[in-house]
Amino acid sequence: MRSPRNAVAAAALAVFVLMPIVGSDFFIAFVMTRAVMLGLAASTIVFLSSYGGMASLAQFLFVGVAGFMIGNAVGEGGTKGLKLGWNPWVGVLFALAVTAVLALGLGALASRTSGIYFLMLTLTYAVIGYYFFGQVTTFSGFGGITGIEPPALFHGHPLRFYYLCVTLSLVVYAVFRSLARSPFGLALQGVRDDPVRMASLGFNVALQRTIAFTIAGFVAGIAGVLNIWWNGQIDPTSISIGPTIDLLIVAVIGGIAHLEGAWLGAIVFVVANNYMRDLPLASTIGLTEARFNTVVGLIVLLIMVLSPDGLVGVILRIRSGVSGPAGGRSRTRAHVDSGGPTPITVSTQLTEGSTK
Amino acid sequence: MTEPVVEARVSAPASLTRNSWRSWNAATWAAVVVGALAALWVLVFARGTSAGAAIDEPGEFIVTLLDGLTFAGLLFVVASGFTLVFGLMRTVSMVHGSLFLLSAYVAIELQQSMVDKSRNIEPRDVGLLAWVLPLLLGAFVAALAGIAIHQFLLRWNQGQDLRQALITIAVSVILADQMLAHFGGLAKRVVWPGAVTHFFEIAGERYATSRLFMLAVAVVVGVLLWLWLNHTRMGIVIRAGVDDQAMVRALGINIGIVFAVTFFVGAFLAGLGGVMGASFAGAAPGTDGQWLLNSLIVVIVGGLGSIRGAVAGSLLYGMVLAFAPAYLPTQYTFYAIIFTFALLAVVLAVRPYGLFGKPT
Repeated sequence: MRSPRNAVAAAALAVFVLMPIVGSDFFIAFVMTRAVMLGLAASTIVFLSSYGGMASLAQFLFVGVAGFMIGNAVGEGGTKGLKLGWNPWVGVLFALAVTAVLALGLGALASRTSGIYFLMLTLTYAVIGYYFFGQVTTFSGFGGITGIEPPALFHGHPLRFYYLCVTLSLVVYAVFRSLARSPFGLALQGVRDDPVRMASLGFNVALQRTIAFTIAGFVAGIAGVLNIWWNGQIDPTSISIGPTIDLLIVAVIGGIAHLEGAWLGAIVFVVANNYMRDLPLASTIGLTEARFNTVVGLIVLLIMVLSPDGLVGVILRIRSGVSGPAGGRSRTRAHVDSGGPTPITVSTQLTEGSTK
Repeated sequence: MTEPVVEARVSAPASLTRNSWRSWNAATWAAVVVGALAALWVLVFARGTSAGAAIDEPGEFIVTLLDGLTFAGLLFVVASGFTLVFGLMRTVSMVHGSLFLLSAYVAIELQQSMVDKSRNIEPRDVGLLAWVLPLLLGAFVAALAGIAIHQFLLRWNQGQDLRQALITIAVSVILADQMLAHFGGLAKRVVWPGAVTHFFEIAGERYATSRLFMLAVAVVVGVLLWLWLNHTRMGIVIRAGVDDQAMVRALGINIGIVFAVTFFVGAFLAGLGGVMGASFAGAAPGTDGQWLLNSLIVVIVGGLGSIRGAVAGSLLYGMVLAFAPAYLPTQYTFYAIIFTFALLAVVLAVRPYGLFGKPT
C-alpha cells in the first residue's frame, strides 16, 4: 500500500488535522470547515463519475433535501416547515433515510440512461427540487427554514465540528476507495467501461448504477446534515442551479477522476471565494468578490481547455514529468494527451486498480 | 373534444414502435392509464379546482388549453435549437439559456432606444417594427455569441460530450455573471407591439391576443425550420449528418461549415425564444437557468436530437404546465411542480431516451 497516492492522502490528512494549530479561529470555522463539507459533497460527484461513469448534477439536491428534512424534523417555533421538534439525532436518521430513499427512486429512474443524458436528467432533478421546496410551503417555501441548531455536542464548538467534518470525510474517502476494490465496485467500473458486455455477462447494469447513485445520495445527505448544522438555516436559493453547478465546478477544479480532487477543489474554491479581493492588483482590474463567478467560470474554462483532469491531473503530470515515464503515471499522460475523437469522458479513466 | 395531453401520450409509443397495443409493456400501460385518469379528472371530476370540471366550465378549459398551446409554441422555438445542435453534433449546449437571456437583454436595449423611452413603455408606443427589429437583432447577437463559442471552444473537441458540456457550463456561468454586471438584477421586459395587445372573447372568457401572436410567431419559425431542414441542400446535409456523420464526411461534404451553420441557427433560435419570452414574461437573472431547464425537459421528454420530439415534448410539457395548477384542488395548487416531474418519470419509464430519442 506504499503508493504515492497513499502518501499524498496521508499528508493531506495531516494538514487537515494540524491546521487548527496554525490557522485562526475564523479560518478554521468558516473557511476550512466549509471547504471540508463542500469536499465531502463533491466527492460523491467524483465517486459517481470516476467509478460509475455517471456525471451527476443532482448531488447538491441531496445535500439540500437532507438539510430541509433536518429543518422540518428538528425545527420548532419561529421556523417554517413542519416544526416537528424532534431530537436532533432522530432528525439525522430521518433526514438520511429520506435522502437515501429519494436517491434510490431518482437513481432507478435515471439508471437506464448514461453519459450526457444522465447529466441533463440529474440537472433537471436538481432544478425541480429547487422549485419544489420553493413552492411547496408545507416543507419550506422560498423564505426557507431558519434557526436550526446542531446537537449540544457540537453547538458552540467550532473546533469539534471541524474535526467531525474531517473525520467523516476521512471515513467517506476510505469507504469509497475500499468500495472500488469490492465486488460491487469492480462490477460498477465494468458497467462504466462497457455496459453491454457487463449486461451480457449477467450483471444487472441498471441495478449497479442505482446502488451507486443511492450510496452517493446518502453520502451527499451526510454533507447536507453537516451543512445545515453549520449554517443554521437553509432556503431553496441555496440549492438552486447556481450552487448545484458550483459543486460540479469544485469537482472539476480538483479533477473529476480523482477522489482526492474533491477536497482539493473545495479548498481552492472556498479560499478563492473568501480571499480573492485580497489578491494584489485584484481590485485595480475590477476583480471584486461580486465578480467571483466570472473568475470561477474562467478557471473552469481554463481547466477544461487545458487539463480536463483538474488540479490533481496537473500535479500528476508534473510528477511524471519529474520522475520520467518510469514513474508509473503514464496512464494520466495518455489520457490527457488523447486529443482525438476518443471522448475524454470519465469513462476512459482508470482508477484504483492501476494505482496499487 | 379530446384532451391533447392524453392523446399524445397514448398515441406516441404506438406510432413509434409500429406495434399494436398488444405488445405494450407494463410501463406503457401504466402511462396510458395515468393519462386516461388525468383526462377523466379534468373532464368530469375537477370540481373544487380553480378552473372547475371541463363539462361545467368549457370556457376555463379552452383558456387553459390555449395557455398550454401558446406556451408550447415558445418552448418549441427554444428547445428546437437545443435539439438541433445536439442531433447533429452530439453537443449539449448548456449555454442555451444564457443565449436566451443575452438576446432578451439586447432586444430590451434596442427597443428602449427605438421608442426613446427607458421605462414605462406602453404597448401603444411600440410599432410592429419596434418589436420585430429587436427580435431579429437580439437573435442575431445570440447567434454570433453562439458561433464564437462553437469556433473557439467546441470545434476542436468534437465528440467529447462531457468536456463540451462542462465548457458550456463554464461559459454560461461567466455570461450570467457578466450580464448581471451589465444589465443589473432587476426584471425587465420587451413590450409587445400595440397592434397585438388586445383581448378577445372566447367561450365567455377574455384572452390576450399577444399570446396567440406568440404562437403564430412560433408556428412561422417552426414552418421555416421544417422547410429549411427538408427542402434545402443544407437541410438535407444536416439530416444526413444526424443519421451518419462519417458517411457525410466521406462523401466530400465540408461538415465543419455545416456544424457552424447549425450552431448559428441553434443559437439564433434560442435568441428568438429569448425575445419572445422576455415579451411574454420578462427577463431577469435566473431566467437563463429556468429556460435551460425548460429546454432540458422538452428534449428529455421528446428525445434529444429530434425535431418531432421537440414538438411532442413542447406540447406535453406546455399542457402539463397549464393544466396542473388549474386543475388541482385549490389548496394544493403549489404542488403543480410535481406534475412536471411526473411527466418526466412517466416518459422515462416507458422510453428512457425520450419519445423520439435514440440511445446515444
